[in-house]
Amino acid sequence: MPVLTVNNLKVERGGITDLDIPHFDLEAGESLALLGPNGAGKTTFLLTLARLLTYSQGELLFKGQDISLPAMAVSYRRRLAMVFQEPLLLNTTVFRNVAAGLKIRRLDKREIEKRVAKYAELVRITHLLHRDARKLSGGEAQRTNLARAFATEPEMILLDEPFANLDAPSRDALIDDVQGILRQTGTAAILATHDRLEALRLADRLAVMEGGKIIQIGACQEVMNQPVNEVVASFVGMETVFSGDVLNAADGSFVVAVAGHAVVALGCVEQGEKVLCCIRPENIILSHDHALEGTSVRNNLPAKIVKIIPQGPFLKVHLDCGFFLASYVTQQSLENLALREGKDITVSFKATAVHVIRREKRAPLTAAR
Amino acid sequence: MDIIVEGLLKAFHLLFSLDREVLTIAVLSLQVSGLATMISLFLGISCGTAVALTEFPGRNLVVSIINAGMALPPVVVGLFVTVFLWRNGPFGFLELLYTPTAMVIAQAIIATPIVMGISLAAMQSLPKKLRLQILALGATRLQMLWILMREARLPLLAAVMAGFGGVISEVGASIMVGGNIMGYSRVLTTATVMETSRGNFDVAIALSIILLLFVFLINLVLTLVQQRERPR
Repeated sequence: MPVLTVNNLKVERGGITDLDIPHFDLEAGESLALLGPNGAGKTTFLLTLARLLTYSQGELLFKGQDISLPAMAVSYRRRLAMVFQEPLLLNTTVFRNVAAGLKIRRLDKREIEKRVAKYAELVRITHLLHRDARKLSGGEAQRTNLARAFATEPEMILLDEPFANLDAPSRDALIDDVQGILRQTGTAAILATHDRLEALRLADRLAVMEGGKIIQIGACQEVMNQPVNEVVASFVGMETVFSGDVLNAADGSFVVAVAGHAVVALGCVEQGEKVLCCIRPENIILSHDHALEGTSVRNNLPAKIVKIIPQGPFLKVHLDCGFFLASYVTQQSLENLALREGKDITVSFKATAVHVIRREKRAPLTAAR
Repeated sequence: MDIIVEGLLKAFHLLFSLDREVLTIAVLSLQVSGLATMISLFLGISCGTAVALTEFPGRNLVVSIINAGMALPPVVVGLFVTVFLWRNGPFGFLELLYTPTAMVIAQAIIATPIVMGISLAAMQSLPKKLRLQILALGATRLQMLWILMREARLPLLAAVMAGFGGVISEVGASIMVGGNIMGYSRVLTTATVMETSRGNFDVAIALSIILLLFVFLINLVLTLVQQRERPR
């Protein structure tokens, strides 16, 4: 039985629908990431799930029990925890902050001390317990916030961009710790984030939101590789999205005419149909003089390098081949290929690397891989 | 200059000899202003918190009225309390005019908007999401209010100081509704006015010193508590 089931949930404010979720399930022990841009409705959804926001209509079932009645709000909230982007610590010691939810539940002193010690250790703040919460760094404060939430031993935890305000090393370490605690405790979790890498590290499933709606939900790899539309595609990192007309289609493969080029892709479409083609930057290979022609790589196009942008361990190369393309290369490849802005190059990608979205039907095609 | 020196000497004599009349006046002052402050804290903090935490049509108007109430002239309060408690007034049957109770009522009316205004500002200064966070921790509404008040304890202590300071030092309303009756409704401020008008500057100075001492000591205690809690 799912931990949480949502049916026909709507939140309306001032005649505008802020949230519209026809159906949503969260399984026991599952981690789900809500991915979407700012204003997509992620926080509204989490607040509604925590019964901190009044909804206009719909049904919320927690472990099969309807928790819509106002009288049930407090007892329901005591079975879950919510962590906000800001630590929102109380003006007291770290110990008292971690103990806050337990004191609210009127647990006895011994149990409080035991739980605080356990969860402080799990998020590595034992040495801070007697410190003033106002003197913590951002990372320490967010760790305290997470310890406070986990100390209540919730059956479900809602995480609203808890890592967004942290520097990269603190974020990485904290994500690892949260991942460990979720695995250890088996707590069902929903993480709202706009960072797909963060989502991929913590989640079993992804739900992409836009305009208060879930526009795609599924296993991480499914959403990452088969986005249903341009918004999802751009959000899951398919930076190259171009439209074209199907020239001919046969035997599960077809050719799309794009800016004077013929791009080969896999899937079942009809001739003359308009489609969107999405390609991940990591699936695009750069070479000189059509070096990959004659191999299994069926798309080899001439292109000009527009821009090279360093991105951590990689460099992102923006290419113009009549339409925009992006590719990732290593520093070594950059030097070996002597890549520079304005240089002519060959871009290659496999037919299987092209994810196709049928424009009219707006349904993803599952390419045979 | 002599008049001041004589006044100071007399004042210290009255103070250290524990003059019965002066003691009665001082104790009544503390009782009336203390009780009025307690009433104003109850009404002011609860209403200020309610207005701070809720949204309703005309809220800005209500906030403006509360803020204007912080500058409520004591004589105006005195006038209206007198009218209401006057023999033929709406509450004349209670026979409260010229009693310490009437003084408590008037002083509570003066202090309540002060406490309310500061409480409202204190509650509004807390992060809006803190309320949600406390509720998300499983708190009932009452637990949430208690935790929020604890979070706003520094400005709320300022509200206590401002409320008490406002009423212990006011004279207009107290003299109008209390009548300055010796041994019954005479407090430090009304007695100081009376003794000054009689030319008894020594007694007036003694009473003023006691008044200043009260204000100083009470604010000292509250300030020490407040500063101990101050973020560093």
